[in-house]
Amino acid sequence: MAGDEETPPLLILHHLPNFKLSIFPLLRSKYTVLDPLDDPPHPSFHPLSKAARLMLCTGPTPVTAAVLDAYPALECIVGSSAGVNHFDLDACRRRRLRITCAGDSFSDDVADYAVGLAIDVLRRVSAADRFVRAGSWPVMREYGLGSKVSGKRVGIVGLGSIGSRVAKRFESFGCTIAYTSTKQKPNIPYTFHANAALLASNADILVVCCALTDETRHLINVDVMAALGKSGIIVNVGRGALVDEKALVEMLVKGEIGGAGLDVFEREPHVPRELFALDNVVLSPHHAVLTPESMGAIDDLILANIEAFFSNQPLRAEVQLDQFDS
Amino acid sequence: MIATIWRRAAPHLSRPSHPRAALAILTSHTLTFSTTTQTPSPAAKMDAIGVLMMCPMNTYLEQELDRRFKLFRYWTQPKQAEFLSQQAESIRAVVGNATAGASADLIDALPRLEIVSCFSVGLDKVDLARCGEKGVRVTNTPDVLTDDVADLAIGLMLAVLRRICVCDKYVRSGAWKLGDFKLTTKFSGKRIGIIGLGRIGLAIAQRAEAFDCPISYHSRSKKATNYTYYSSVVELASNSDILVIACALTPETTRIVNREVIDALGPKGVLINIGRGPHVDEAELVAALVEGRLGGAGLDVFEKEPEVPEQLFGLENVVLLPHVGSGTEETRKAMADLVLGNLEAHFSSKPLLTPVV
Repeated sequence: MAGDEETPPLLILHHLPNFKLSIFPLLRSKYTVLDPLDDPPHPSFHPLSKAARLMLCTGPTPVTAAVLDAYPALECIVGSSAGVNHFDLDACRRRRLRITCAGDSFSDDVADYAVGLAIDVLRRVSAADRFVRAGSWPVMREYGLGSKVSGKRVGIVGLGSIGSRVAKRFESFGCTIAYTSTKQKPNIPYTFHANAALLASNADILVVCCALTDETRHLINVDVMAALGKSGIIVNVGRGALVDEKALVEMLVKGEIGGAGLDVFEREPHVPRELFALDNVVLSPHHAVLTPESMGAIDDLILANIEAFFSNQPLRAEVQLDQFDS
Repeated sequence: MIATIWRRAAPHLSRPSHPRAALAILTSHTLTFSTTTQTPSPAAKMDAIGVLMMCPMNTYLEQELDRRFKLFRYWTQPKQAEFLSQQAESIRAVVGNATAGASADLIDALPRLEIVSCFSVGLDKVDLARCGEKGVRVTNTPDVLTDDVADLAIGLMLAVLRRICVCDKYVRSGAWKLGDFKLTTKFSGKRIGIIGLGRIGLAIAQRAEAFDCPISYHSRSKKATNYTYYSSVVELASNSDILVIACALTPETTRIVNREVIDALGPKGVLINIGRGPHVDEAELVAALVEGRLGGAGLDVFEKEPEVPEQLFGLENVVLLPHVGSGTEETRKAMADLVLGNLEAHFSSKPLLTPVV
């Protein structure tokens, strides 16, 4: 039951302690919010949570089978991330749950960021800015040469909402676009390669923006990076675990790949210290989605989806769970 | 035509002015065409031509100039005025760039100067009027660097708005372990105002369009495009989130971005300069940034390079680059080849590749 006329509908908040959205107060005013981290907890938390049909999962808070067991009446989870790798998707599928994610809310910002990272790596923007601020320009007279961006071959791993926007942006730089994906997409003018290694061997800029699943963990491995080669660069705005980080660090340190722009890491906020000494590497603290515009968009989407669920209206940005079948 | 044949067949001999005499010698047996004798190549012929390179600009260019011509390196001369008067008769070409070119004084000091070949597209360091008066040819390096400069303009916009350099510093300092970086403003969809819609300005516009940015511009004259035209820079700035300087530096465009324009751009506006330092009133710019009256700046050029106002070093909303607009291996090689190609064309009496004057 969505809730009778007196009680606003029940909404479970599933979040990590320091991860809050600005809409939490609004949600508390509109719905009966059940937050297990509330101190003191809601007086009827236990019985009410067993009847709740909707959960809002904010941030990469793991949604495990055990969590789902605690809320047996759940029908739908509204997520706030672009990815769903923090969900036990098998458990969700077994319970026939509906899941919504961020959809397109962040896609422009992440695509922008990917391009910004690529330009920074190839043209040494951050490194040259450090050079100037250190007062080195008058002393050294010349900064070293970077590498041209325009006209380079871009290989996109995952041509989804973010990947397609990355492609559109790089096309305006005269870059040729190729991609790899679980399936070739129809009516796409870009070259398809069956796997990441083939893509990398034909790319100068490899942009990683696909979903993290059991199948794509360490998709970018030593073979792929070797295929990319000494003058190729990697940009990762997906998930850290898409890349074999240990191998990446080794190859960067040895100069076996040309550089990297990384917004995500395997064990955030830990970043391998060996990278700090490299000028052909740009490091970012999982920042690609952090704009007021993206945050506003996800807030709006979440509010709309919660409202839609309780009014039996269609949901937006619903995740097709069967696409994650192996 | 006889001159051309003579140059190839008997460059070591003085050609008689009368064509029939020249033809007679060419068809006689007094010229030996032994297979063991190398026909002098244009390159070998040119190594007596004095070329004055104004400052270090590119190793490959310097080496090639040294190999093909008689190269003089201006910056290594301890007494430059003396050097000029001593070598004046040998110098027939000057190679300059954004830092040092050919002033009226230099042109006057080199009576045998025939060509100034710039390792840049900008000509602000060359006295074009004096060159015109004296019949000195001038070439530059257009087109080959357009992409690089446009790429960097977009790179600067993204770096400033998304704080990419600051984020990198944040991670390297270990601060991420203490907390997430703050929100930064979205780039896609921002209104871009371009001063100067030439090759570089257009290339910037084309890229920004792929980010759904509305484009407007100011130029000396309206162009045949769909972009919105503003007849004044102040109006352009008032209607832009990001203002990019992409015009040539001339007396008219010096300090084209002044206090009024900066105020119009405002506390949320960002200035990107990939033109020349003197396009901007630098003191006003620094004050506006320090006082928060301007939202941010991405600067590749400065009034007195390599000096950069130190008050900018502590600002997070600024990205500072050491004039690297065309600074890629690919483009600098292409620029160098264009300089060399123009010089060789001139001294072979062929049409110049990229003449300006």
